[in-house]
Amino acid sequence: MNHIAHAARILLATLREIFDEAAYTRFLGRSHMPSSPEAYAAFWREREETPAPPKCC
Amino acid sequence: MNKTLRVLLWIAVATLGAAAVGVVALRRGEPINALWLVIAATCCYALGYRFYSKFISARILALDALRATPAERLENGRDFLVTNKWVVFGHHFAAIAGPGPLVGPVLAAQFGYLPGTLWVLAGAVFAGCVQDFVILLFSIRRDGKSLTEMAKEETGPLGGFVAYSAVIAILIILLAVVALVVVNALKDSPWGTFTISMTIPIALLMGLYLRRIRPGKVLEVSVIGFLLVLAAIWGGQWASQNPALARVFTLTAPSLAILIIIYAFAASAMPVWLLLAPRDYLSTFVKLGTISLLAIGIVVMHPTLHMPALTRFTDGTGPVFAGKIFPFAFITIACGAISGFHSLISSGTTPKLIARETETRMVGYGAMMAESAVAVMAIIAAGVLQPGLYFAINSPAGIVGQTAAAATSTISNWGFPVTAADMQALAHAVGEQTLFNRTGGAPAFAVGMAHIFSQSLGGQTVMALWYHFAVMFEALFILTILDAGTRVARFMIQDALGHIYKPLGRTSWYPSILATSALIVAAWGCFLWQGIKDPLGGINSLWPLFGIANQLLATVALCVATTIIIKLHRTKYAAVTLAPLSWLVAVTFTAAWQKVFDPSPRIGFLAQARAPAAGPMTVATSRLIFNNRLDAAVTAILVVMVGLVLVESARQWISIITGRQAVQVREAPFVLTRLAEEQG
Repeated sequence: MNHIAHAARILLATLREIFDEAAYTRFLGRSHMPSSPEAYAAFWREREETPAPPKCC
Repeated sequence: MNKTLRVLLWIAVATLGAAAVGVVALRRGEPINALWLVIAATCCYALGYRFYSKFISARILALDALRATPAERLENGRDFLVTNKWVVFGHHFAAIAGPGPLVGPVLAAQFGYLPGTLWVLAGAVFAGCVQDFVILLFSIRRDGKSLTEMAKEETGPLGGFVAYSAVIAILIILLAVVALVVVNALKDSPWGTFTISMTIPIALLMGLYLRRIRPGKVLEVSVIGFLLVLAAIWGGQWASQNPALARVFTLTAPSLAILIIIYAFAASAMPVWLLLAPRDYLSTFVKLGTISLLAIGIVVMHPTLHMPALTRFTDGTGPVFAGKIFPFAFITIACGAISGFHSLISSGTTPKLIARETETRMVGYGAMMAESAVAVMAIIAAGVLQPGLYFAINSPAGIVGQTAAAATSTISNWGFPVTAADMQALAHAVGEQTLFNRTGGAPAFAVGMAHIFSQSLGGQTVMALWYHFAVMFEALFILTILDAGTRVARFMIQDALGHIYKPLGRTSWYPSILATSALIVAAWGCFLWQGIKDPLGGINSLWPLFGIANQLLATVALCVATTIIIKLHRTKYAAVTLAPLSWLVAVTFTAAWQKVFDPSPRIGFLAQARAPAAGPMTVATSRLIFNNRLDAAVTAILVVMVGLVLVESARQWISIITGRQAVQVREAPFVLTRLAEEQG
């Protein structure tokens, strides 16, 4: 049962990373902001300044 | 498990694998079960990972668990971040898995299932996985440097310039060819066009939801978006049966091409959070779910392959694309075996997330094996179709004839019986008016996938829904590649132009954004337009061009890797990268030579340019001549540039081996990891 719970946690963490939820949480921690529309807008302003990671064919 | 048991287990895996490969390779004249391919692939991957990747880790790369990675040393909570290895694996796999491993193997199935299967298995284990693995590790030891930076440092400025140019060229050709795949899948298909059109407002809605209602709740909104997409697939059936709506959404190839070009320009220039990002989330969600579902479907249903192991088209006269198995099977299937594009991802985000060097084996080598497994699934999806149906869907009208009667007669005469009634019944079952001349691989894959799913879930009655789900799944993530790829290329062009005029390099300056977006979209739009006007279907010329460009980038990546291996005094093991490099040089240079100079107009660009010149000159023929000369020039330029990198690299290898050149290893200095101390 522990193994299944561990696997589920890893799967959720992977999905949170792929879907940028983890990146947003880290942004909130780094900028000491609570989650809000303004914080999310700031998160995307920061992301748009950096080159987009390539996606393969 | 004790040692004897382990040895016996691996002997059993090797024996089973050899038996499965034997069945796949030697069975003739009767259909085989898809499970043989699954078993052969599983055993090959297991053996490759356990023995070959371990050999590379220990003897060549000397992975060091005590050496701090850039994720640890440079951790900033943004780009550099220590991340769980399974999370990095998933992230890396999501970035490398695109439509390539699905489309390429379906196209190459014209040779039969055998050539593609053998190339996917051997290519992945000995070439693709090795490339991804070594480039990832070398990037980690250089603080996450990109392939272009490593090429510049290790093989000289020419290497850097060629890598940069190859990336831009590949992006442009890739975007054109994937756009052509979507156009061919959606032309004259009101159901498919309606569904894909609906994904744009759905993505905008998701963007606004994330921004205004539930900031950052991406997984939640992706589930909502997915449900809306399912509703759009359901609605597509209704739209296709409503005469007024069906008229609106029944579009010709040129109309679709224009709409896609406008869409990609708008998406590239719009704020990312509004359209590009939510669309990316939605397509990733659908992609991961569908690939998992297909894997389960194949194992549970274990369908029979009707495609023979080898077809008569091994002689180079295939209708899907012209050319013999060597070299064309090896450039048609890139992403499932080896793809140069992966080296950009292995030297992009991934090296900045890895916590320990020892994890690069699982992430670099392992994720490519997973991608290769996706290619095996695509071979199975194409193989389950009756060959006559496969060729009727994938052959252009210019080859098989303009009418249903002509096409079925031509294909039946090839020895693959099919009737107009069979095609009509299939089109009716999947909710389309016709499936003739749907070149590009996506519709054939969708029919195969719908066939596998409909056997287990819902039967023939829901085949149309499964078909449009598959088309939506492919078109959705191809369109995501279009807007994301246009944006990546825009950043690269802006970066270069910034050296000439500084404001052009500012990624937030709108005149620069609009100008560079227009430049990129015009470049791939030009190739797309060429593809839809091509009487041979476009895929015949564009897919090999893309394959050559992609494999040439892999050649550059393997040159860089070999140079570093020799600099590390592991020359006696350099064959690990030198062997796939030699193979790729043989494949790409032969393919490029044939594509430019072959006297057959179906293969050689210059021969094709000469063929219409013999007839009356019209606007269409002069455009065809120009397009073919352009394709020939692009191919020749790429090959000459990569040839120069090869010569420069070889000169450097000889200088190092003979001691004429001092070795400069440009790795970041060794720093002891804190992660080891924390674990005691």
